[in-house]
Amino acid sequence: MAKAVSPGVQALRKVVDDVYADARKAKAEGKLVGWSSSKFPCELAEAFDLNVMYPENQAAGIAANRDGEIMCQAAEDLGYDNDICGYARISLAYAAGKRASRKFDPETLEYIIDPKSGKPLKDADGKVVIDPETGKPKKDPKTMQPYTVLDDIYEIEALPETTEKERAYKNFRREAIKPYRQMRMPQPDFVLCCNNICNCMTKWYENIARMRNIPLIMIDIPYNNTVEVHDTNVAYVRAQFDAAIKQLEEITGKKFDEKKFEQACANANRTAQAWLRVCDYLQYKPAPYSGFDLFNHMADVVTARGKVAAAEAFELLEKDLAEQVKTGATTTPFPEQYRVMFEGIPCWPKLPNLFKPLKANGVNVTAVVYAPAFGFVYDDLDGMCRAYYKAPNSVCIEQGVDWREGICRANKVDGVLVHYNRSCKPWSGYMAEMQRRFTADLGVPCAGFDGDQADPRNFNEAQYETRVQGLVEAMEANKAAKEAAAK
Amino acid sequence: MSIYTLGIDIGSTASKCVMLKDGRDIVSKSLIAVGAGTSGPQRAIAQVLESAGMKREDMDYVLATGYGRNSLEGVADHQMSELSCHGKGAAFLFPEVHTVIDIGGQDVKVLQVENGVMTNFVMNDKCAAGTGRFLDVMARVLEVKVEDLGTLGAQSTKYVGISSTCTVFAESEVISQLAMDTDKRDIINGIHKSVASRVAGLAHRVGIRDQVVMTGGVAQNTGVVKALEEALGHTIHTSPLTQYNGALGAALFGYQRYLKEHQA
Ligand code: SF4
Repeated sequence: MAKAVSPGVQALRKVVDDVYADARKAKAEGKLVGWSSSKFPCELAEAFDLNVMYPENQAAGIAANRDGEIMCQAAEDLGYDNDICGYARISLAYAAGKRASRKFDPETLEYIIDPKSGKPLKDADGKVVIDPETGKPKKDPKTMQPYTVLDDIYEIEALPETTEKERAYKNFRREAIKPYRQMRMPQPDFVLCCNNICNCMTKWYENIARMRNIPLIMIDIPYNNTVEVHDTNVAYVRAQFDAAIKQLEEITGKKFDEKKFEQACANANRTAQAWLRVCDYLQYKPAPYSGFDLFNHMADVVTARGKVAAAEAFELLEKDLAEQVKTGATTTPFPEQYRVMFEGIPCWPKLPNLFKPLKANGVNVTAVVYAPAFGFVYDDLDGMCRAYYKAPNSVCIEQGVDWREGICRANKVDGVLVHYNRSCKPWSGYMAEMQRRFTADLGVPCAGFDGDQADPRNFNEAQYETRVQGLVEAMEANKAAKEAAAK
Repeated sequence: MSIYTLGIDIGSTASKCVMLKDGRDIVSKSLIAVGAGTSGPQRAIAQVLESAGMKREDMDYVLATGYGRNSLEGVADHQMSELSCHGKGAAFLFPEVHTVIDIGGQDVKVLQVENGVMTNFVMNDKCAAGTGRFLDVMARVLEVKVEDLGTLGAQSTKYVGISSTCTVFAESEVISQLAMDTDKRDIINGIHKSVASRVAGLAHRVGIRDQVVMTGGVAQNTGVVKALEEALGHTIHTSPLTQYNGALGAALFGYQRYLKEHQA
């Protein structure tokens, strides 16, 4: 069922599309393009008018398009351990030139269709058409896809194209690379990394820099043991900002433009504020949209928070939501019976399976930690250092619990669903203790399940369903007990 | 007129049924040692009905639970998770229960129960360490019957540590102990302690409050129960009906739902 998309959501999609399209254009024009970690101070790159793309966002897209497994395996074949974060594996394989590609016959240059792919064919009444020979549903040929295989752009580029046949073959191989938006991210000329997200990031970017022999700008943010960010920490980061500016001046041959920098900071603040207000709409009962949508909107916060277009798009979405609340409309495709916080990154390759039991039980996600974790507002450069010091995995457990319990209370959740994500150890490691505190402090049941954000081999649907059903039954019992106590 | 409800628990390694009269009296029960995806569920259902001399149509409500609960289309009136059912069953057998530890064929769950209702839970991750399967594998290498593990372990005189949580590594640890001529009974005792420490770790995450009840097939292994009591510092209650606990809970929920639907 195709959902009607509001103008705000459309604008948000365009902002992200433009980031990648602009980068492709810049690359074609011979300009420098970079790759950046999601919480690197984009304000610095904006001051140099640099086109920057975001591997985490790309990896999520690749995973959601179900090419995570083949790309993870490609990285493993390059020698990266399968315990490494799935985003890192996908990105490293991509940096090495590996691409998910459509299988074809080199003689005929025709795609080889995978008979298992595709959706069931439906007749005019919407009923599934059964094949009389096999007794199984027939496939809609329009939805069937070629097999996915691995290709290598450097191998393709090295191919000769002297004869017509060779030229055709080379072109076809280029074309066969899956034409998804994120899969067409140009290779980087420099990389920007801020390890406030996690330490895996450090090695990930160091590896790309070495692999591609390109400059790396690293901003090191240690794990913070205290809720407050101390002045010495601020000074440590400030000095690194200065060094990064110097490096960028060398790379680009341009002077740091203070005006542009200030504008980018103003944009980032405006985006953050609008983002927070959009997130606040989940406080309404029923919520005008599903928290899962926030995972998609996160792409804008990651790739474009320093651009005015992102701020404007969020402000537009805010208007849509205000209208929806007035009419009681919601984009959640089922009546909301329970409200939960979803903790962690979704299992992108299994998104439909993740959603199924939630939908079946009327469970809406009305809280995700991304809201406070990415809605950072600051006044000056020191404030900016402090803001970048606070990323989801760089804060101490007290701060982490406080963020989450704050949104759980404000967004009135009945329970918490925790993704123990095999990829993201820093995020999953402290969740057992957090879960214990949520139940103690908020009096709501919590359930955890195993999965992975990018590698589908780590998720089991039956186990997940049992845990969701258990959570729903516990929320039901909890609600009944609270109602009885109120009487 | 009496109300008959049937609870069916289709686990990963066994299928169990309990028939209840008026949500109070157990009329009959059955257990077949194969679970989801086999003929087990159908055979267990046939058996429980036959021993009561009744038919499916005589049942006022049928509720399915367990890993294979959704495979009984057309037989069950409703499905619920085995989590709630185990909480319910345990509260029927032990009205004062606050913590239920269930060790099944391939999962371990610890439930928090308030006034007979499950309010929170934790389950093991995908790893089979500490589950019934772990004990099955160990019994096989030791060439003893799994039901004899409890009695044999009780005769141990010396502490032998089995430190690996991983089933595969623990298996090779056991094999090397055997190669060193270590007494099987000491090894078994070590295995029980290793299961207990793994399960205790999970139990501490939901918090342990008396009464603590243990259910599932492994609750019949007195060695594990004792080791777990030591690890937790709490007395553990078990019942001869432990293996039927999930099915019992399902039959009880079936009775509740029947009443609710017929009041309305
Ligand atoms: S924070 Fe987690 S998901 Fe993100 S890069 Fe690090 S390990 Fe991967």
